[in-house]
Amino acid sequence: MKLSREEVVHIAALCRLGLSEEELERFQEQLSNILDNFDILQQVDTSDVPPTAYPIPLENVVREDEVAPSSPQSDILANAPRQEEGYFRVRAVLE
Amino acid sequence: MNRYDLTIHQAHQLLKKREVSALELTKAVLEHIAQVEKKVHAFVTVTQDEALRQAAQADERIKSDDLTPLTGVPALIKDNMCTRGIATTCSSRMLKNFVPPYDATVVVKLRDAGMVMVGKGNMDEFAMGSSNEHSAFFITANPWDLARVPGGSSGGPAVAVATGEAIYALGSDTGGSIRQPAGFCNIAGLKPTYGRVSRFGLVAFASSLDQIGPMTRDVADSALVMNVIAGYDPKDSTSVNYPVPDYTKSLIPDLKGLKLGVPKEYFVEGMQDGVRQAMRTAIAKLEELGATVDWEVSLPHTKYALAAYYIIAPSEAMANLARYDGVKYGFSYEGKNMWDAMEKTRGYGFGPEVKRRIILGTYALSAGYYDAYYLKAQKVRTLIRREFEEAFERYDALITPTSPTVPFKIGERVDDPLQMYLSDVCTLPINIAGIPGLSVPAGFCDGLPVGMQILGKPFSEEVLFRIGYAYEQATGWGERRPQLEKGGKETGDLERG
Repeated sequence: MKLSREEVVHIAALCRLGLSEEELERFQEQLSNILDNFDILQQVDTSDVPPTAYPIPLENVVREDEVAPSSPQSDILANAPRQEEGYFRVRAVLE
Repeated sequence: MNRYDLTIHQAHQLLKKREVSALELTKAVLEHIAQVEKKVHAFVTVTQDEALRQAAQADERIKSDDLTPLTGVPALIKDNMCTRGIATTCSSRMLKNFVPPYDATVVVKLRDAGMVMVGKGNMDEFAMGSSNEHSAFFITANPWDLARVPGGSSGGPAVAVATGEAIYALGSDTGGSIRQPAGFCNIAGLKPTYGRVSRFGLVAFASSLDQIGPMTRDVADSALVMNVIAGYDPKDSTSVNYPVPDYTKSLIPDLKGLKLGVPKEYFVEGMQDGVRQAMRTAIAKLEELGATVDWEVSLPHTKYALAAYYIIAPSEAMANLARYDGVKYGFSYEGKNMWDAMEKTRGYGFGPEVKRRIILGTYALSAGYYDAYYLKAQKVRTLIRREFEEAFERYDALITPTSPTVPFKIGERVDDPLQMYLSDVCTLPINIAGIPGLSVPAGFCDGLPVGMQILGKPFSEEVLFRIGYAYEQATGWGERRPQLEKGGKETGDLERG
């Protein structure tokens, strides 16, 4: 099953990935090829088979809502590309 | 023997008896790194000052008899595990300058045991790859033949252990990334049962598949490292609260009473004859050691594992990599506005393989395709798990090759993603099922290492260790070292074992 260029553009927008023209073309071909290989899964009868999300017998792992020490602000901001007065400086979300 | 060629247990004996100091051992390793790195490029960062300081601290502990088997022993940590104050790059432009404010749980555990960390290991970017060619920084070369790949994504750690640039290493494995490079470099590599070792501080690739594990010169060393890193961690909600046994008690040199199965689907079409032959010889040796072997086991769903993996892993990856947006850390492109900044940050920060997988995953999860791809793959995953469960009711362990071929040449598969994905066809099903897998050296083909993979049911690492240990003691394959001075070609053959 072949991916169209529009589909690749659409998916790239969904995951916010800026792609060059060359990448769009190359990925379109490589990914179509890869996706062709996934058709084999349609051969498998999975009616009445539950999906597996995690291969361990754990569910809803929670803890008591107790306050504990967290990281100091300086640690958290140490890798910030832009910061101001103890905040991460971000681009305007709304124009 | 050169000090950097010691195993953990050998080094521990010498350190305990004060025949060598941690400082001397560490200096020997650091000098060796300086010699050898220009040929293999296994390290992203060499932490020389740190290592010398830790070695001095280890020597203090040794003086007061407060040492563990890992105290004072130099180790390499794959560069996707957070180390406080030391760059953790995942071999990606995206995290080139990222310095974590915390240590991964496994790093904390090793530090408490007295580890000397000599550096961070080169890898395929964000652990996505099978050859270390997808590192954004440089390619790591296989010391057995410098024109060939060491495997991936834990290529740096595998090479460091093979050459003596570290006595042991920690790698991570999502689809084979510990076992395949271990097999390609003639060392032992264990992917523990999913949930056995904490993932806290491991940069996430695929959350239901990732595991950290030891990469070592022999099985006894693997057991020593597992004794330290395994165990419940409240910071990892997927870590399982089962007690950790003393894994060194499982090092029994015979296999009497063990029932082993050989699933024929792992002897794929396209497998190299020399690898097939090495495997037959190896499995015959297991019979000699006392195991009963059924050569005709069949796991018919094996052929669906590649497709299931390459839907599930990229889908989980696209979610895990959504955080790299240039806002709180990592590479950040200025851009014209918020969305442009994010798109360009991700476009420039990620390499091609990472981008390919993000797109694949996004597609598999998108409206209209979710049922046919992601949900279907998850159901096939249940069938693959059940098939292993049933097999382990009849057999104590299953034996397969680690890879269908010996290490391939650098550049041979990097432009053909599907060919590259096929390198992991023997290792992927193990992550899908969440079971443990150990790769041990099993001989050579054309002078290049062949690995044998040992599989068991969940939390059966002790059985894997017993089989690996017995085999290794009887054959000695893992004792061979690559001859780097001669350009790295090992001219061994199958005569031993």
